Amino acid sequence: MTHPTDPLMRWDDVLAGFDPVLGLEVHVELGTQTKMFCGCRTEFGAAPNTQTCPTCLALPGALPVVNAVAVESAVRLGLALNCSIASWCRFARKNYFYPDMPKNYQVSQYDEPIAYGGWLDVEVPTPDGPRIHRIEIERAHMEEDTGKSSHVGGETGRIQGAEYSLVDYNRAGIPLIEVVTKPIEGIGALAPELARAFVGELRALVVALGISDAHMHQGSLRCDVNLSLRRTRVDELGTRSETKNVNSLRSVARAVRYEMQRQGALLEAGGRVVQETRHWHEDTGVTTSGRSKEQAEDYRYFPEPDLVPVAPDAAWVEELRSALPEMPADRRRRLQADWGVSDLEMTAVLNADALAVIEATIADGADPAAARKWWMGELARLANERDVELGQLGIFPADVARVIALVEAGTLTDTMARAVVDGVLAGEGSPDDVVTGRGLQVVGDDVSLLAAIDEAVAANPDVVEKIRAGKVTAAGVIVGAVMKATRGQADAARVRELLMAKLGV
Amino acid sequence: MTESTDLTRMTAARLASVVATGDASAVEVAQAHLDRITAVDAAVHAFLHVDTAGALAAAGAVDAARAAGGAAALGPLAGVPLALKDVLTMEGIPTTCGSKILEGWRPAYDATVTRRLKEAGVVILGKTNMDEFAMGSSTEHSAYGPTHNPWDLTRIPGGSGGGSAAAVASYEAPLAIGTDTGGSIRQPAAVTGTVGIKPTYGGVSRYGLVALASSLDQAGPCARTVLDAALLHAVIAGHDPLDSTSIDLPVPPVVEAARHPDVRGMRVGVVRELTGDGYQAGVQQRFDESVALLEELGAEVVEVSCPHFPYALAAYYLILPSECSSNLAKFDGMRFGLRAGDDGTRSVEEVMGRTRATGFGDEAIRRIMLGTYALSAGYYDAYYGSAQKVRTLVTRDFAAAFEQVDVLVSPTAPTTAFKLGAKLDDPLAMYLNDVATIPANLAGTPGLSLPIGLAPEDGLPVGLQVMAPVLADHLLYRVGGALEAAMLDRWGAPILDGAPAL
Ligand SMILES: [Zn+2]
Repeated sequence: MTHPTDPLMRWDDVLAGFDPVLGLEVHVELGTQTKMFCGCRTEFGAAPNTQTCPTCLALPGALPVVNAVAVESAVRLGLALNCSIASWCRFARKNYFYPDMPKNYQVSQYDEPIAYGGWLDVEVPTPDGPRIHRIEIERAHMEEDTGKSSHVGGETGRIQGAEYSLVDYNRAGIPLIEVVTKPIEGIGALAPELARAFVGELRALVVALGISDAHMHQGSLRCDVNLSLRRTRVDELGTRSETKNVNSLRSVARAVRYEMQRQGALLEAGGRVVQETRHWHEDTGVTTSGRSKEQAEDYRYFPEPDLVPVAPDAAWVEELRSALPEMPADRRRRLQADWGVSDLEMTAVLNADALAVIEATIADGADPAAARKWWMGELARLANERDVELGQLGIFPADVARVIALVEAGTLTDTMARAVVDGVLAGEGSPDDVVTGRGLQVVGDDVSLLAAIDEAVAANPDVVEKIRAGKVTAAGVIVGAVMKATRGQADAARVRELLMAKLGV
Repeated sequence: MTESTDLTRMTAARLASVVATGDASAVEVAQAHLDRITAVDAAVHAFLHVDTAGALAAAGAVDAARAAGGAAALGPLAGVPLALKDVLTMEGIPTTCGSKILEGWRPAYDATVTRRLKEAGVVILGKTNMDEFAMGSSTEHSAYGPTHNPWDLTRIPGGSGGGSAAAVASYEAPLAIGTDTGGSIRQPAAVTGTVGIKPTYGGVSRYGLVALASSLDQAGPCARTVLDAALLHAVIAGHDPLDSTSIDLPVPPVVEAARHPDVRGMRVGVVRELTGDGYQAGVQQRFDESVALLEELGAEVVEVSCPHFPYALAAYYLILPSECSSNLAKFDGMRFGLRAGDDGTRSVEEVMGRTRATGFGDEAIRRIMLGTYALSAGYYDAYYGSAQKVRTLVTRDFAAAFEQVDVLVSPTAPTTAFKLGAKLDDPLAMYLNDVATIPANLAGTPGLSLPIGLAPEDGLPVGLQVMAPVLADHLLYRVGGALEAAMLDRWGAPILDGAPAL
């Protein structure tokens, strides 16, 4: 899809003329068994409207009941974000008409969030090495998700020009926690990476807490980026844009950078930034104008009278606090020390989102260096080739640990190990099943190797001459021929040894 | 006094015993009431839907249960017919809330009240008429035409639950369910000479009650006697996990209180702010006589001031429209009920707008607009915010009053039933009908209305309201029952015996 492109300012010019002010709103879809206010299931990808009931369809007379697990998740996330937990808070109705939203109001929290006033330290890479930056958290509050519309017919798949629209209410009422940062200022060129680091850190936190699968590509963690520019050395804040649904970590950084350049060009040309919602386009890497917020929508918030206030007991909150898992930053520091890797290598592991799988592979008995090598190398390549996350590749850490063990025992060569991984990914069973099934086994018998070498030597007299004349690199041809003859099952290093011994080189 | 053998003239308590002893079958009881509906409802128009087949089937099930397990297998109201206000859902039965926007909608689920009635073997005859979405004091705002007062068919039966009160008053049903947001059970009871109770907020589940104002709505019993109301109250009340605002405590001992009414030693407060100016002379006269009667019966009567009650009406008409503007937003033609203008050329928003403009009546639109305005940015504090402060003050007035007395009393409504059409063009005059009943809704306290005679000037019923503290619903029945017995002694017959034949 193509989009009208806005003029962009050179990055260095943006930084020279403006300071960015960044605000992030992250919606975390909780992994509770049931919805926020009813007993409907929350499985992703179920057939449309099969996970609905009178309450989440807003049929007349139906009433909401708060999901206690969702409240617990919100309190735990609040505590992990170093927030204060409200001793008493209410839900509020946010009133606006939208076909996605069955009640035509969203049950959310307004001026009484369950968690408020916290912070999260994030690490950003800088030319001078990693730097810790503290992001202040304004609030974390509970709310319900909306349904999903799809527009059928027409050319764009958007509402304009569609023949008809379909609404799936399976998502309506799924619990969300919205985390809102305070404005992040004085960060200049770091803005894109800081935004990405925050969302990444929050995602790691959510996963560590076990409250959401936090899959950005499935929308279970969604980021809205608020960004404005202010001219350097001027106090007045600029007008901000709100870019919705930025759905990957990489895109968070890209969207921030894009908006800085777009707004910079606009301001430099004497224009003004319009307060509006903008849409991020993953494919083209641009934002386009959405709903204008110049006439600010009036949501007519008021306390939700169908629900009673939520009053987390102080002792219970302390119990939850004491049971919080190890925080992701602590875990990273611990693993980095355990594995003995450099900051740079650790950053690479984190960027590849490989921390958890490497850790699990090591826990299954693999050597840390080998585990890292496999996940960061061959497996990362395969995941990239198939456009999936490492965790979704289809091979378990235990399988990888087994492959590593077979290589270390000398049962498999690296080449054969890769074939075993291919077999596992192709659904041929466990690594041992693949070894048996494909007949993969190092040929360790020198007698049969020597026979193969003899054949290769006889077939390549000119190459043998070159080797004898001192051109040792030519040995590769003979080794290759032997490997071919043994269908790759020979240990190449051993073949070379035997060849050199035979030729007396 | 000889008791009638006409099944439609019997109390619910008597009918239950007739069915239990086998003197009449539940099917015979149901059929007698269905026949009565056929005979008089063309004139009264209490019902929007009569479920003849369902009622007879339910009655048949009661008879079968009795045949199988004897009288012991039956609950205290098994086989007793009931009229259900059309604001409560009943599986498979049309639920319109008196509105065109829900015409033809058949819910797939029972309200908790409906479910409890069914489980108790109560025979639901049908759904009763009401002001649209319970907005009104006369039932004239029903999209399906008004209900007529059985005492005088040219007069209003009260509202919003005029259908339920009129059904009970015209012997179409011994029992009915009403809902009370600002007086919609009590005021119709007062103007039809019947008994109506708004339980403590949270005492009866709101699940399946189509909300007008969630923080004010409460379903409750309508009957011809205090004991019947108590028996029905006990069936429908109790905690419901589907309603977060439902109270998880035992139901107050209402039946016990109704069976042993006694006001000796009770302190009764007359609310100074709810008498005098604005109250019809005959209403005031009957009220004063009843207060004197309470003293004769051994109650200690004192005057009590509730200084913020005069502001309750204004606060109510901000809180109610605010909540209702949001509650009624779901009626958009997308998932159920009426859909207007969907001819393939209009956007979703246009269809929503047309559906609402077509489906809602004037009063609904008036209150949606009022509420939308009251909640708007810049007005919220002045309107909704101030109203909530008044609500707190009214609640404190009750608390202070209940430090001095056990119950409060007042006339239920300022006037007797007025003529159909008399106040239809004057919303403010209409709203004043609820001036005495609204404080209890704001505070969540329970209230009862019972008939205390006919106003001398027009010969129409007058109601007295009893108000008690939260979860002291049984005190309503103690006082109501005692007054009812004393009145019966004085009159020699129930007040409804004085109503003209239909
Ligand atoms: Zn549901």
